[in-house]
Amino acid sequence: MTYIKPKFAHPRLPKNELGFTRKEYEGSLSTLCAGCGHDSISAAIVDACFEMNIEPHRVAKMSGIGCSSKTPAYFLSNSHGFNSVHGRMPSVTTGANLANRSMIYLGVSGDGDTASIGMGQFAHVVRRNLNMTYIVMNNGCYGLTKGQDSATADYGSVNKTGNMNSFEGIDLCALAIELGATFVAQSFSGDKGQLIPIIKAALSHSGFALINVVSPCVTFNNNQGSTKSYDYVREHNETLSSLDFVPVKEEILTDYDHTKVTMVEMHDGSMIKLNKLSPEWNPEDKLSIMTALHKAREKHEILTGLLYIDNQSTELNELLNTTSVPLNQLTEKELCPGSAILEEICRGLR
Amino acid sequence: MQPTDYNNPEYYHKVVDCQYACPAHTPVPQYIRLIAAGKYTEAYMVNWESNVFPGILGRTCDRPCEPACRRGRVEEEPVAICRLKRVAADNKEDISHLLPDIPKVKNGKKIALIGAGPASLSVARDLAPLGYELHIYDNQNKGGGMMRSQIPSFRLPAEVLDQEVNYILEMDVVTHFNTYVTSLKDILNKQYDAVFVGTGAPRGKDLILPGREEGKSNIHIGIDWLASVAFEHTHKIGRRVIVLGGGNTAMDCCRTSRRLGGTDVKVIVRSPFAEMKASPWEKEDAQHEDIPIIDNHVPKSYVIDNGKLTGMYFEKVKAEYIDGRRKLVPTGEADVFYPADDVIIAIGQENKFEWIEKDLGIQFNEWDMPVVNEITFSSTRQNVFFGGDAALGPKNVITAVAQGHQAAISIDAYCQGQDINVRPAPDVKLFSTKMGIHEWSYDNDITTDIRYIVPQADKAVTLSDRKKEVELGYDMQTAFREAQRCLNCDVQTVFTENKCIECDACMDICPTSCITFTMNDEEEALRMKLLVPAINKTQDLLVSDTLKTGKVMVKDEDMCLHCGLCAERCPTAAWDMKQFLYNTAKAGHLCYA
Repeated sequence: MTYIKPKFAHPRLPKNELGFTRKEYEGSLSTLCAGCGHDSISAAIVDACFEMNIEPHRVAKMSGIGCSSKTPAYFLSNSHGFNSVHGRMPSVTTGANLANRSMIYLGVSGDGDTASIGMGQFAHVVRRNLNMTYIVMNNGCYGLTKGQDSATADYGSVNKTGNMNSFEGIDLCALAIELGATFVAQSFSGDKGQLIPIIKAALSHSGFALINVVSPCVTFNNNQGSTKSYDYVREHNETLSSLDFVPVKEEILTDYDHTKVTMVEMHDGSMIKLNKLSPEWNPEDKLSIMTALHKAREKHEILTGLLYIDNQSTELNELLNTTSVPLNQLTEKELCPGSAILEEICRGLR
Repeated sequence: MQPTDYNNPEYYHKVVDCQYACPAHTPVPQYIRLIAAGKYTEAYMVNWESNVFPGILGRTCDRPCEPACRRGRVEEEPVAICRLKRVAADNKEDISHLLPDIPKVKNGKKIALIGAGPASLSVARDLAPLGYELHIYDNQNKGGGMMRSQIPSFRLPAEVLDQEVNYILEMDVVTHFNTYVTSLKDILNKQYDAVFVGTGAPRGKDLILPGREEGKSNIHIGIDWLASVAFEHTHKIGRRVIVLGGGNTAMDCCRTSRRLGGTDVKVIVRSPFAEMKASPWEKEDAQHEDIPIIDNHVPKSYVIDNGKLTGMYFEKVKAEYIDGRRKLVPTGEADVFYPADDVIIAIGQENKFEWIEKDLGIQFNEWDMPVVNEITFSSTRQNVFFGGDAALGPKNVITAVAQGHQAAISIDAYCQGQDINVRPAPDVKLFSTKMGIHEWSYDNDITTDIRYIVPQADKAVTLSDRKKEVELGYDMQTAFREAQRCLNCDVQTVFTENKCIECDACMDICPTSCITFTMNDEEEALRMKLLVPAINKTQDLLVSDTLKTGKVMVKDEDMCLHCGLCAERCPTAAWDMKQFLYNTAKAGHLCYA
């Protein structure tokens, strides 16, 4: 009997520009249920970071409590991490980000951690446009406590015990757009082809990036009648946009159909090539996406892809004009610049 | 690509690289697991059923299994399959009660076996339990053939050889030893129902160069000289010895010379070192006994002084490759002289069929080899069969055994009036090893240990005693550790399409990135689309039928560790780890293990 991942890797495993293979971006062996959607999302994060040549030590993995919040143990084991209190990941991340803005902040949360106990924190981190990627592993149930309906369970969804949910589900994407999020995407754990470029784009985005990922709970919410099962999501998935992430160094083809393709330049110079599958929708227009989300809800569709982007926004550190040097690197010289400077400040306030 | 046909046992057979590469298709992982469990007797019987000579082969096999071993691709060195086999043989208990019963009342059919080497003995082993009356002829005074005359005792002790030869001879086999068969017609006239020719390749090639005739008392043919040593006719050799040739016989000759008084023994070979025919480990063993191997030297002449051999001249060459064909081109340097008291020629061996009359209906081809069916091993005369080196040219013991099994099937079918071209199917079993959520009936925890070295006896002792076995074999503890290196490739990853929900868990967890879910394509394109492109085309792809999303599951068998994590992470048991047992059919479908 074992539950140990063998140390051998494929001898011809591809390497990225840093000379790392995917192995260097993996974590411990998952203890989640076999077939959990969360594991696929972890694998997508591994792929995205590998392909973007991110140095693992530059990433801070932030999480709260829940099945989803366990996953930072299962990816990027060479990165920093903070497993915080239930629903409090946003404030811990805010603190960390203000103290050191040179890191890449990757928050991982679940539907309970975000839409129930952490709802207040979520709302504020969105409106402050904190520079982070916030991934919600959304399975519509409390898997860790045996599958009770969560706040994101859709109205009418039937859980494993056969009971129908009689409350409206919270639409995290619509809510985030309403609260001023500057990058909002929705995806499905079972579609890595879509999810990986979205994660890459989110990591390149300057400001708050929400990715709501429908992630089936194989143990408690993969039954018939559930709206977050593998089968249901595959049948009702309505792809709004497919997206190619174009890294900084690659040349961008100028010859494309502007009615179908939108090129979005990211803060770091990389580009997103967005193939629009719906002509009415404009990724930079809030109204069009809110309409599309409401229409999709009426039709029992799950809109996936990049839903909304504002790449002209100002993230929190810029807004507050905080120091670009991490606080732990500031010395007494910078922190106590002397009486002359103090005098100057005081004069400015008179 | 078309979905893989899981019902064809050859698919899974090919996944078990070692077993597939073995001419006799011995179920290697099965016996390695038994060794790890300390069940040496059971491990021995698995071998004995398949390869007839586990103790002998565990010391002398050419090991086609080891270069094929998946561990050699995943890590660097293959599992020491051959020497683990020896562990089973060394530690087995008495097996006499496990041997097949030999009918007292025979079935009325008489078979002659010409030559008492591994091919004939394998035929005898398979046919004796079926009640055949077997007559074996050999010019030597004991059974074993080239295993006795050509393999030196320091590699294969006589007791080991005798024991395994006697298991067979004691099956009521009638022996005609010290009998050199000079006429097949005479044998056929003795009213045998069938004759099996397993006479090997008994003629060593000579090298005729200036001085060959004058120096003949000190110039020896390798296999004849080895036989003469084995039968105690030759006890010493000169101090300075040159061995010509780069095969395993050359290695046996030089090492034997070291034990018979040769203190300055050299192997001199035409080809570059890396292309010598000898197994790498045999070259190492020779070098370990202070025998230099001088490559790229083509023999020019024997030098005779006063009617006595004093050495040889060689031309220095280098290998050039034109369109993949090797050419040895002279370097232009002066010829080199190497002094020698004796020269042993070990440059290959040939068949010898003067004793087969040309009017018996047995056709010979342009190379004077009998025309033999490569599946049935029948000749063009319906009651005469061939096997071993006599059939398709010199190979090795394990090939002779495999051919012996096939010939026995044919002889049995022929004697029972059946069509010998209808070959019996292998005995195949496929059963789940699942015992619990993370529990399997095989040990799927893969060690990272590197290959263990087989300890050798002190060189001072082995070089002074020709019969002292050099290799000591693994002790039980080391054998266990080495056995744990086996990846259990016979525990197959079996996929059931209609259970798969395409959650990607198996793809994400696979430590060697073997599994990919993607859109189907032609094989070439599909191979390149996988997580790690499947460039090793000798390894198959396991391709599922189309799944719900329109994708297929593709697994590259190349680097699979058979660790079972795909099955452990599968929520719907679409993957299962199933043990696959494959035994080639033997005559009369007998099963001993």
